[in-house]
Amino acid sequence: MRADPGLYRYLPWDERPRIVWPGGARVALWIAPNIEFYEYDPPPNPKRKPWPRPFPDVLGYSTRDYGNRVGHQRMMAVLDRYGLRGSVSLSTAMCVHHPEVIAMAAERGWEFFSHGIYNTRYVYGMDEAQEREMLSESMALIERHTGQHCDGYLAPALSHTERTIDLFAELGGRYTCDLFHDDQPTPVRTRSGHRFVSVPYSLELNDTIVYVVNRIEPRRYGRMICDAFDRLYAEGAESGTVMCIPLHAYQVSHPHRLDALDRALEYICRHDGVWKATGREIAGHFLDHHYDDFVAAEAHVEAGA
Amino acid sequence: MSLDRGYLEYPMRRHGMDHDRYAWSMLAERTPIHWPGGRPLAVWINVSVEHFPLDPAGEGLKAHGAMTMPYPDLRHYTLRDHGNRVGIFRVLKALVTHGVVASFAINGEVAVRYPALLRRLAATGGEFLAHGWNMDRVHSGAIDAAREAQWIDDTLAALAPFAPAPITGWLSPARSQSAVTPELLRERGITWCADWVNDELPYHFETRHGPLSMLPLSYELEDRFVIGENLHAESEWADQCCDAADFLLAEAERSGAGRLLSLSLHPWVIGQPHRIGHLERVLGHLATRGDRIWNAAPSAILAHAAPAPGA
Repeated sequence: MRADPGLYRYLPWDERPRIVWPGGARVALWIAPNIEFYEYDPPPNPKRKPWPRPFPDVLGYSTRDYGNRVGHQRMMAVLDRYGLRGSVSLSTAMCVHHPEVIAMAAERGWEFFSHGIYNTRYVYGMDEAQEREMLSESMALIERHTGQHCDGYLAPALSHTERTIDLFAELGGRYTCDLFHDDQPTPVRTRSGHRFVSVPYSLELNDTIVYVVNRIEPRRYGRMICDAFDRLYAEGAESGTVMCIPLHAYQVSHPHRLDALDRALEYICRHDGVWKATGREIAGHFLDHHYDDFVAAEAHVEAGA
Repeated sequence: MSLDRGYLEYPMRRHGMDHDRYAWSMLAERTPIHWPGGRPLAVWINVSVEHFPLDPAGEGLKAHGAMTMPYPDLRHYTLRDHGNRVGIFRVLKALVTHGVVASFAINGEVAVRYPALLRRLAATGGEFLAHGWNMDRVHSGAIDAAREAQWIDDTLAALAPFAPAPITGWLSPARSQSAVTPELLRERGITWCADWVNDELPYHFETRHGPLSMLPLSYELEDRFVIGENLHAESEWADQCCDAADFLLAEAERSGAGRLLSLSLHPWVIGQPHRIGHLERVLGHLATRGDRIWNAAPSAILAHAAPAPGA
């Protein structure tokens, strides 16, 4: 075990090269709907129970299934209203179980990136070959069913090994959503030395963290989104920032919750200087225009200069 | 270290669901439902009438609200009993004041303990659902099927003498089922169930003894969950109920397809003196939209929107 993941270097928030987004935007806004499949009867993992209740966990399973039966289309209607595209964090088995949902996202020009095969299969205990096989199969499912190259990764149920990010970079990935250490993209060091970045994916504004872990009221969630935007927008006048809103249709699309998100997006999209981006576009822009300057700045700070 | 090969195999990866209980179906794609009178929104209100024993066995799974302190946990026992002595009567009065029809999901043991309460509930004319024996008998994979069958038999036998009409609906304590609960229910003449929360409209659910209708009772909006587990203010719970009603009304009117709002109430939560006013605000909110709402008993809703196989 390591005391530090060793994936990124220290760079003070106010001592960085200036990020300039397309069109001079202050904030790169991206929406990350998690489109997930949780299994009814998943195999056991040595480190983590898939469901808290004895089999069958009817409450846990049906709570997630609500997102697929009811939630996605509601969320899509809200994002459509503001011209926002999703960057889908995809349980790639969804391509087989519910291709109808994938088609609806694809026809909107949404991006798909890997969120594993199922959200009930964890990488704990996998050897390197097994994890590579799972990653590579998930990327292949996206390619086969959507024609898109899988550029990004968010580990299924946030389950990682020390090798996860190295393996994904070696398989051709370009960015990770698994690191929550910053409000701007960050160069990520992998063992192969590929040019690879972290794109901020806010856990604090993630609806499932908000509703399930922190148990926050829907209208307060809407205010949190607006408050986060106001600050990132103000700071974005000096150097471009990233705002991510990760969503789960099984949480946010409930009738007592969706309007709070709707109103917050309406507020954000009233502003000029918001780049409505996808994860791939943010990663690509940073890699093309800012990655090298950031690496140099990190070296500079590390050298004590 | 590595995992067994089976961990990277996916035998149930196929089109549709990874089990055979029901067909894959998206609510927005279904044939639209039109409620009586062309009203866009149906409203089903269910009141759970529960008993939490002082000496729980806690087998398999503990229901939220069960005893938590060393025996005898008089603190939680009596707080729950407040619902049956006081809270339920406040709820009944609020329902009458606003002219609202509700159903009652009742633990069988309440009928044995408090027949006077059962007679009052029956007098409202509201539909009865069987709600298991008590809140300590949680149906789950940890319970032997023969015992589970006995719990269901006991529950139906205790409630039958009081029920205004034969009981056809079921709500499991703590929304928990074993792998055979649907079979055991269907064998005993239950035809619909409210446990699974994956939908907002009734759908067709298979058992080995014939189909059930699944009529999901909302969970994330219930008073016990929002106030008791999320610890939101009661005013926030009321806002959430009002927001849900308005959201579903707007969606139904925009799409031309009927929607259903189900509200799940627990007198031991919402019947407290500082909370009941917030339920009254919700009922008042619904009343001001009364010309667009069809408030009905669950069996009436099912009769109108009977799900066919594949839906």
